This record gives sequence, C-alpha cells and structure tokens, in this order.
Amino acid sequence: MSNAVIDNEVESKQESHEAEVKRLEKLEGWKRRIPILPALIFTILVTQIPFLFTLFYSLTDWRIDKTDPRQFIGLENYTSLTSESEKFFRDAAWVSVQMTVLAVLLSLIVGTMLAILLDRKFFGQGFVRTLLITPFLVMPVVAGLMWKTQMFNSSFGLLNWALNGLGLDSIEYATRYPLASVIVVLVWQWSPFMMLIVLAGLQGQDQSVLEAARVDGATTFGIFRQITFPQLRPFLELGTLLGAIYLIQVYDHIEVIVGGQPGANNLPFYIAQRSIGGGNRFGLASSYSIIVVIASIIIANIGLRVLSGLLEDDS
Amino acid sequence: MALFTRAPKAEPILGQNRAVANVLSFITWIIGLAFFFPLFWLTVNGFKEESVASADPTLIFDPTLDRFTEVTESNAGLLSFTEAFANSFWIVLTSTALVMLLAVPAAYALSIRPMRMWRDVLFFFISTKFLPIVGAIMPLWIIARDLDLLGTRTILIVLYTAMNLPLAVWMLRSFFAEVPKELIEAAQIDGCSLMGQIRQVLLPIVAPGVAATALLCVIFAWNEFFLAVQLNPTGASTIPVWVNSQQKFQGQFIASLSAASVLATFPVVIAGWVAQKRMIRGLAMGAIK
Repeated sequence: MSNAVIDNEVESKQESHEAEVKRLEKLEGWKRRIPILPALIFTILVTQIPFLFTLFYSLTDWRIDKTDPRQFIGLENYTSLTSESEKFFRDAAWVSVQMTVLAVLLSLIVGTMLAILLDRKFFGQGFVRTLLITPFLVMPVVAGLMWKTQMFNSSFGLLNWALNGLGLDSIEYATRYPLASVIVVLVWQWSPFMMLIVLAGLQGQDQSVLEAARVDGATTFGIFRQITFPQLRPFLELGTLLGAIYLIQVYDHIEVIVGGQPGANNLPFYIAQRSIGGGNRFGLASSYSIIVVIASIIIANIGLRVLSGLLEDDS
Repeated sequence: MALFTRAPKAEPILGQNRAVANVLSFITWIIGLAFFFPLFWLTVNGFKEESVASADPTLIFDPTLDRFTEVTESNAGLLSFTEAFANSFWIVLTSTALVMLLAVPAAYALSIRPMRMWRDVLFFFISTKFLPIVGAIMPLWIIARDLDLLGTRTILIVLYTAMNLPLAVWMLRSFFAEVPKELIEAAQIDGCSLMGQIRQVLLPIVAPGVAATALLCVIFAWNEFFLAVQLNPTGASTIPVWVNSQQKFQGQFIASLSAASVLATFPVVIAGWVAQKRMIRGLAMGAIK
C-alpha cells in the first residue's frame, strides 16, 4: 500500500517533470519562432491571400465596368479558354512559352561561355567582369527603350545604320520581329546573371581534382565534359530555375518595346491589358492568371527539388 | 568556397597555351566592351543636340548638358523628374528599411538559433517569389482601390517590401550561417538579450552582407515598373514611369530620352558595381552555404 503511494508519488513527480520539460521545450520552440513571425505573417498577408482572391475571381463572371453583380459561374472561364473567342489568350500563352524557353536557354548558353572566358587570369579581368554584369543592373524600362530607339529603330538605330553601310535596306526590327527583338534584349540582360551563377560554380571547383586529371593526361575538353560539367550542373539548374521564374513574368520589356502590337504579347502583358489596363474582365483575366500560377508552380516544383538537393549538405 | 579569390595556382579551363590565352583574353575584352556598348552609346547620346542624335551616328560633336536640364525641368500637368525622384527615393528607402527590419530577425531564426523545420520555412519564403505577380495584381488593385491607396506611396512601399523580403531572408541567412556559433553562445551565456545579440555580436560581423542585401533590395525596388505603372500610373509615380513618359510620339526625342535614361539608370548601376562581389556571393551561395 505504502509502496503504491510512493510509486504514485514518483510517477506523478515524473509526470510533472515531463510536463515541465515539455512546457520548457514548447517555450523554447516559441522563443525560436518569434523572430520570424513578423516576416512570415507579413509575407502570407501580402503575397498569399491575394492569390486566394484571384482563385475566387476566376470562378466568377465579373466585369468591373458594368454594374452587373458578380456571378459565380464555376469553371466556365477555364472551359472557355479553348474556344474560338479566346484565341488571343492562346497566342499570349504560346508567346510566353517561346519567350521564356528561348530567353532562358540563350542566356544560359551565352552566360556559360562568358563565365568560361572570365574564369582565367588576364589583364583587366575585374574590369571586364564589371562591364559584363552591368546589363543586369540596368532598369528594364531603360534597357527596352534604349534598344528600341537606339539599336532597332529604322531611322536612328545603330543596327540599321550598320545594315545600310553594307548596302542593305533598313528593317524596323521591333515591328517586323517583335518576339525576337524582345528576346534579344532579355538575353542581353540575363546572360550576365547566368554568367555570375556559372562563375560561382567554376570557381568553387576542387583544383586538386583538375590537377590530377591533367597529370593523368586528360584533354581540356575531356576535363570539361567529365569533371567540370557534372560539377556545374547544379549551378546551371539553379540558373535555369531562377531565370525561368523571372522571365515567365516579363512585362516591362514588352510594354516598352512592342507595347501591345501583336506578336510579342505574353501572358502577364495580356492579363494586365484585359483587366486593369482597360479590359475590365476581372473574372476571365483571373483565370488566365491562375494558368500562369499553375505553370510557375510546376517549374518551381521541379526546380525546388534541385535546390533542396543543394541544401542537403547544409548542416 | 570564396568567390573571386581563387587559390593562386588555380588553373583555368581554357588557355594552357600562351598565344591561345592572349587571343582568348582579347576576345573576352571585345565581348565585355560589346555588352557595355549600348549603355555607352546611350550616355553619349544624352550629351548631344536632338538634331545630332537623330542624324547619322557620330562620336564627334559638341557635348552639351542642355538635355539634362531640359528633362529635369517641371512642366505643369506632367510628371516631373523631381516629383518622380522624390517618390522613388522615399518608396525605395522605406521599403528597404522595412525589409531589413523584418528579414534580420527572420534570418536569425533560420540560421543562428534555427527553429524547428527551418528548411520548410525558408522554402516557403523562396516559393513566394515563384508565384508570378500577375496572379495577385487584380485583388491588389481592388484592395488598394477600396482602401483609397491607388496612387499613393504607401501601396508601393508595402508591395516592394513583400517583393524583396524573401530575397533578403534568403541572402541574409547565408551570410548569418557563416557566423561562428561559439560567439553567439558566449553572448547567450553572458545573458545578452536577443536584440542585444543581434545588435552587438551578429550585426558587426555580418554588416557587409547586410549592406549588400539592402543594396540589392534598393536596386530591385528602384527598377520596378509593373506594379508602379499598374497601381500608380498618375499619382506617386516613380522613376521608371517617368522615363517611359519621356518617349514622345512626335518630334525628336532621342537625346532627351537618353539623358533621362542616364539619370534613371546610373545611380543603381554604380551602386551595383560597388557591391557586386558580395551581392553575387549572397545570391549564388545562398543555395549552397
């Protein structure tokens, strides 16, 4: 009997001790969490809640220029996307795909070549690197205006001046090749970014491995293919992910260079045009937005797997 | 893994042979100059008379500052440079200050004394960057309209803070992760408060990283155009909107547009040059370190 009482006492003591530990652990958990809460709450409020609204709008027929009440129409906006009247949406989607894929790939190729060229000791290396990263720092609006008026333009553009010098006729590039013109400017701005990421990869290489390969008589190309490239892969993937995420959202260059003429309107531009920019079709345009969001989530999911691979080694 | 400070005996991929190396260096120089050329040309044009800028390209002309004075003059009814500059200045400054105020403690909770599941939280922050802003622009516009915030500095300050916050958390975490844990623990044992630890131990060590992060936020906020033109096309417009409005649809405007572009671009380009190494490291190594 007395034993049982003691047992009970011990047990309850242990229990209260365990509860105390748990309470302290919980307190410690909150202590560690508190510093992040303001940032977390702010981010959720400003970046996540609006998406839920967009999702809701996309299920309604809503034109803010009309007094008609907002009507819930289910998935009708989405099913209409394949209809004849939504040809412009599909054009914009196709432009988005071409623009993102081409701009990312070309920037990656040019950026990698630049990084390989820069990854050597030579006179003025730091200065040339500074020259090369500058396009990435330039305000996109200025980049667009500058290329449009001073490079592509048929009367004052340098490209046409060079063509004329060769005895060829001027071309109004931005009108005749709107998509290609925008892509050229995007590649000009994004190659430096890709270059920086690849350069980080090149300069993080284990020099002793390269040395060993060289001693073993490996060729420059062989070293690149078998040692450098596999080590660069995560960096190339990181560049592709970040590039794709940003370039799918390009708006400034399009507004400034082609400004609504057909051929180079991507989804962000078309969505703005159809809603705030005067179209006022908030319900329908929201369904376009959701399509862009879904595409981005797919890209990001593939990309995040790569990133989490990179974070694995972190301790 | 320090960038740009390679071990001295490091061997490049290309150019084992001296002659080949010289040719490659020459090519690299040419490409570097070619990439910079459009900006050089833009700057040159900003110092020309309109008639010279619209004639055949030339580098020989009488340079003038007239275009710069012209574009900075105010015209009634039009967005003036001083107005746009003041808007940009306050919006960029306030949003960057807010970003740092929120991001420094957040990065602390992700690195120095990591909370549970810090990886998931970091991923959440990054993933908000992956959601395109067009997916939120309509509700944002409606909310701003209903709160009477369209055309105010406030709306852009809030949105630029949200736009830069994930990036800042990402970069600051990688800088914080390099701080020796022992230092922080010593401060904790000495009974230093959280804010005390951050202010007295952490910030002095990571100050250059924090400065680079802030500078990157400044660059992104300064250059932002989509939100500015959608939400503030008339009231509280920023510098990118002003530059775009310098594009005229009649008469000659190449020289004045160039001058305006130079004014709009070079403040952040120069800032970027100054901080390039650290910015690059924070961005690229955020994934690794």
